[in-house]
Amino acid sequence: MYDPTVARLTYRALLGRRRALILGALPLLLIAISVVVRGLAGADDQTASDLLGGLALATMVPIIGVIAGTGAIGPEIDDGSVVYLLSKPLKRPTIIFTKLIVAIAVTMVFSALPTLIAGFILNGNGQQIAVAYTVAALVSSIAYAALFLLLGTVSRHAVVFGLVYALVWEALFGSLVPGARTLSVQQWSLAVAHKVAGGDLVTSDVGLTTATVLLIAVTVLATWYAGQKLRSLTLAGEE
Amino acid sequence: MAVEQPLQPAAATPGDQTRIHNIGYRNYDGPRLGRSYATRSLYSQSLRGAYGLGRSVKSKVLPMLLFVVMCVPALIMVAVAVATKLKDLPVDYTRYAIIMQAVISLYVASQAPQSVSRDLRFKTVPLYFSRPIETADYVRAKYAALASAMFILTAAPLVVLYVGALLAKLDFADQTKGFGQGLVSVALLSLLFAGIGLVIASVTPRRGFGIAAVIAVMTISYGAVSTLQAIADAQGSSGAIPWIGLFSPVTLIDGVQSAFLGASSAFPGEVGPSNGQGVVYVLVLLGLIAACYGLLLRRYRKVGL
Repeated sequence: MYDPTVARLTYRALLGRRRALILGALPLLLIAISVVVRGLAGADDQTASDLLGGLALATMVPIIGVIAGTGAIGPEIDDGSVVYLLSKPLKRPTIIFTKLIVAIAVTMVFSALPTLIAGFILNGNGQQIAVAYTVAALVSSIAYAALFLLLGTVSRHAVVFGLVYALVWEALFGSLVPGARTLSVQQWSLAVAHKVAGGDLVTSDVGLTTATVLLIAVTVLATWYAGQKLRSLTLAGEE
Repeated sequence: MAVEQPLQPAAATPGDQTRIHNIGYRNYDGPRLGRSYATRSLYSQSLRGAYGLGRSVKSKVLPMLLFVVMCVPALIMVAVAVATKLKDLPVDYTRYAIIMQAVISLYVASQAPQSVSRDLRFKTVPLYFSRPIETADYVRAKYAALASAMFILTAAPLVVLYVGALLAKLDFADQTKGFGQGLVSVALLSLLFAGIGLVIASVTPRRGFGIAAVIAVMTISYGAVSTLQAIADAQGSSGAIPWIGLFSPVTLIDGVQSAFLGASSAFPGEVGPSNGQGVVYVLVLLGLIAACYGLLLRRYRKVGL
């Protein structure tokens, strides 16, 4: 199911040349802000929770997920070089699965790790906040990577749709329409984080069981459908 | 060509063998429209392209959708104001763009790479520069086109609000003043956003990557700034709030319009910049726009050669 060569090529496509620097800029910014906040406000659990929840989990993880998830397959489909990959004797689901693993790994390294570091800087893991948000970032990395990888195979405008989902649906609709929160990767991962932290600082609108079931369902379904989609891929010409 | 050519002695009768045939090519002797015409064409094509006009149906969907999403709340507000006979519009003209910033950011993120990244990827930039236009013309045309497209996007809802306000028989002088201030503010916003979007997009030939990079700069900087402002507000150090606001495009516009354009600030605790700070805001804003233009000129000085 896992092909090292495809994985190596995908890593190169995602992190090669200057792209790793751009991806690395976001986590660095988060850590820099946490240092500033710690200096300004001192260690405060509420502040730490606001910052990690508002900036790290709500903005950074989805954006890195979009870049890694769609970037793992989108550009190849876009410039047509995916045919060379598809003509190799590899199962299409294997290609998708490998690319998913790479996308998950990249998203985790560039979003969950800095979240953990920022959490420790902000309040030294008081009330398990750093660990809780790191777990949330890890869990949502998997779901985001799978979702956005699927988008990358379905649409040529995957990045835009991914961002619309991440920013408009989760952030804007989620704050206006309570029902939208049930269908949000962010809330599902918060439910898991709530279980880890146990306190009242990390809360979610979704129950743990629902969240886990939905997370697994979305990840598996998205991966499966992306594999199916790749089996019958038609290469569209440039508009 | 397997035919063996007999070797001719070099000295013997040169010119007998070579001959130029006239195969009927004709010179172009119509009017040459020149550099400014080419620049204008590039401008109008880019502006149309920013709304998908003259492109495929698929690429019309997103800009048109965002345009509709931008205008619908204004229509609803106007309808409410007319129906319930409000004394004032529910939202200030200057505040509207701040509320809809996610849509505006998405628009600039999707259209800035569309405008420049594809030229880089398909290596059409050298073809442009083989025409009479020069680097500065290309940059000016692209910048002006995207800024105009953004201005159309942000000013249209204001026009809706203004017409609605007049239909609802709100105070004419008051509304006109607010409308004018709103237009100035969205014009500045369009210039700033278009500049930032183009600078980022012109670095990468990959459209998808450009979109993500632009949106990341817009939302992460806003997220970071508003989080820091909220913390500063909670810590009681409200003097720091306006200074923090200098570091993201949206709060920069917010600061300028609340200092000079009569807007109420969207900063936490409504602590807008004072007049002195407002001058700094305007200087930073104009500096950023000039810097974007300069960076674009620098980028295109060498590109494709």
